[in-house]
Amino acid sequence: MDFPQLRAQFPTLEQTLEGYPLCYLDTAATSQKPKCVIDAMTQYYHKDNANVHRAAHQLSSRATSQYEAVRDQLTGFIKASRREEIIFTHGTTESINMVAHGLMNQTQAGDIILIDTAAHHANIVPWQELAKRSGAIIKPIPLTEDCRLDELAYEALLKEKPAIVALCHVSNALGTLNPVNQLVAKAKAAGAITLVDGAQAIAHLEIDVQAIDCDFYVFSGHKMYGPTGIGVLYGRFDILDKLEPMMTGGEMIKTVSFDATEFNILPNRLEAGTPPIAEVIGLGAAIKFIQNLPKAETAQREQELLAYLQTQLANLGDIKLYGASENNIGAVAFNLADEHHQDVGILLDQQGIAVRCGHHCAMPLMQSLAIKGCCRASIGVYTSKEDINRFIEALKSVKEILLD
Amino acid sequence: MSSAAKPATEVFLALKLDASEILPKFENANNWQERYRQIMLLGKTLSKLEDEFRVEQAQVRGCESNAWLYHSEIDGKHYYLADSDARIVKGLVALLLTACNGKSADEIVAFDIDAYFDRLGLTGQLSPSRTNGLFALAKAIKTSV
Repeated sequence: MDFPQLRAQFPTLEQTLEGYPLCYLDTAATSQKPKCVIDAMTQYYHKDNANVHRAAHQLSSRATSQYEAVRDQLTGFIKASRREEIIFTHGTTESINMVAHGLMNQTQAGDIILIDTAAHHANIVPWQELAKRSGAIIKPIPLTEDCRLDELAYEALLKEKPAIVALCHVSNALGTLNPVNQLVAKAKAAGAITLVDGAQAIAHLEIDVQAIDCDFYVFSGHKMYGPTGIGVLYGRFDILDKLEPMMTGGEMIKTVSFDATEFNILPNRLEAGTPPIAEVIGLGAAIKFIQNLPKAETAQREQELLAYLQTQLANLGDIKLYGASENNIGAVAFNLADEHHQDVGILLDQQGIAVRCGHHCAMPLMQSLAIKGCCRASIGVYTSKEDINRFIEALKSVKEILLD
Repeated sequence: MSSAAKPATEVFLALKLDASEILPKFENANNWQERYRQIMLLGKTLSKLEDEFRVEQAQVRGCESNAWLYHSEIDGKHYYLADSDARIVKGLVALLLTACNGKSADEIVAFDIDAYFDRLGLTGQLSPSRTNGLFALAKAIKTSV
């Protein structure tokens, strides 16, 4: 697939802002959507709109088979061992909340929950809530100076026999890749339940949950060229089967009387209410889109672009880069001298450049870096070298204005 | 806005922002670079709030940067002091204060902030996005009277 053809599949990228062509470098916040995803959702609403699992009519049957087919797709996409291990949620945040809530009855006062310092709030706050209710203790896993998870400190913490270990696969804010297979193996040896937040990894890496061997792996559709409002909770069957449902009602019910209610089996047991059907179908199209990309070529292209972005930033001068320079995935975090990230963001936006500026929903990470926030440029399959060049040129003019 | 300690009356009265001198610089700016240079220059005319006043109670919610706002009613007129740790926000706030400082409650209520920023070529700065605190500041000024 040639690159202009690939890029042309993303209609949002064909617009101008403030007279400049849009330069979208905020894929880590949400990716743009290819036409196939938009079309799949439109098609559902145009022709197949019906609730799933319920009615006897043909529309419902079509909607249900499309919906369930995406579960099968996902099973293969992340190499789960069976389709019941795939639960549809509204996003990464809901997935983590479901796990944290679902483990309530298995968590006791004094249990230790280890959390990656680089985690974003969605992988911190649900555990804090669990700790509040159960009396468990939260312990952050420190980072090394170059913002990698400090493996020595991690091993020391594992000696305390944590009950739960929550990690990120790729840091949201910094793009740092964690060696999750190794980290999960160590956590499991210590007897912990493991959850890996794959929100930033899923669009860039091939995921094999069985190779990672984690108990839970979570991600969102909207960061992998799919729609917003849809996420996935993968859980190893036996442990997923023990999760207390966070929500009740709808298809998660088997029988109800006023004396007692019996819940359905997996996966329905954890999918209460009417699910986001169009979004699931859109996610299915996104998976197909990703699977049709030439994998090795795309990955190499992204790595080269990211390296180019890092070098160009470093060459610009007066730039502080955060996080490890090697083994980053998809994103680079920086500040311009001592300038406020918001000033930089406003002046980049003025030139049609979309980057994220702020604390990236990772306040503890910002605290550990001793900064208020930073700017983050992130890339996707549609990002071109021209985008990077335009960004660097724009940053030069920001530098002129601010550092004058 | 704070009900706790605030700067003395004379500090409020000392802030002079002459609209007839300031606004033409924006209206006559040839390009965005010039406009933002002027914003930042204007921001520098707001003196830094003393640390004792850079407190949470005075912080305006909804700003990605920190922004503090103080209000005082003196002889039926409304006066403001504000500061931000981001330079552009501080300049934009100074523009807001240029329009509102020393005005009566009726004038502030009638003040059309959108039209004002449009006229200055700064449309888009006023949005309820959390990365742009100007909207929150404008709202805080409007609700102070």
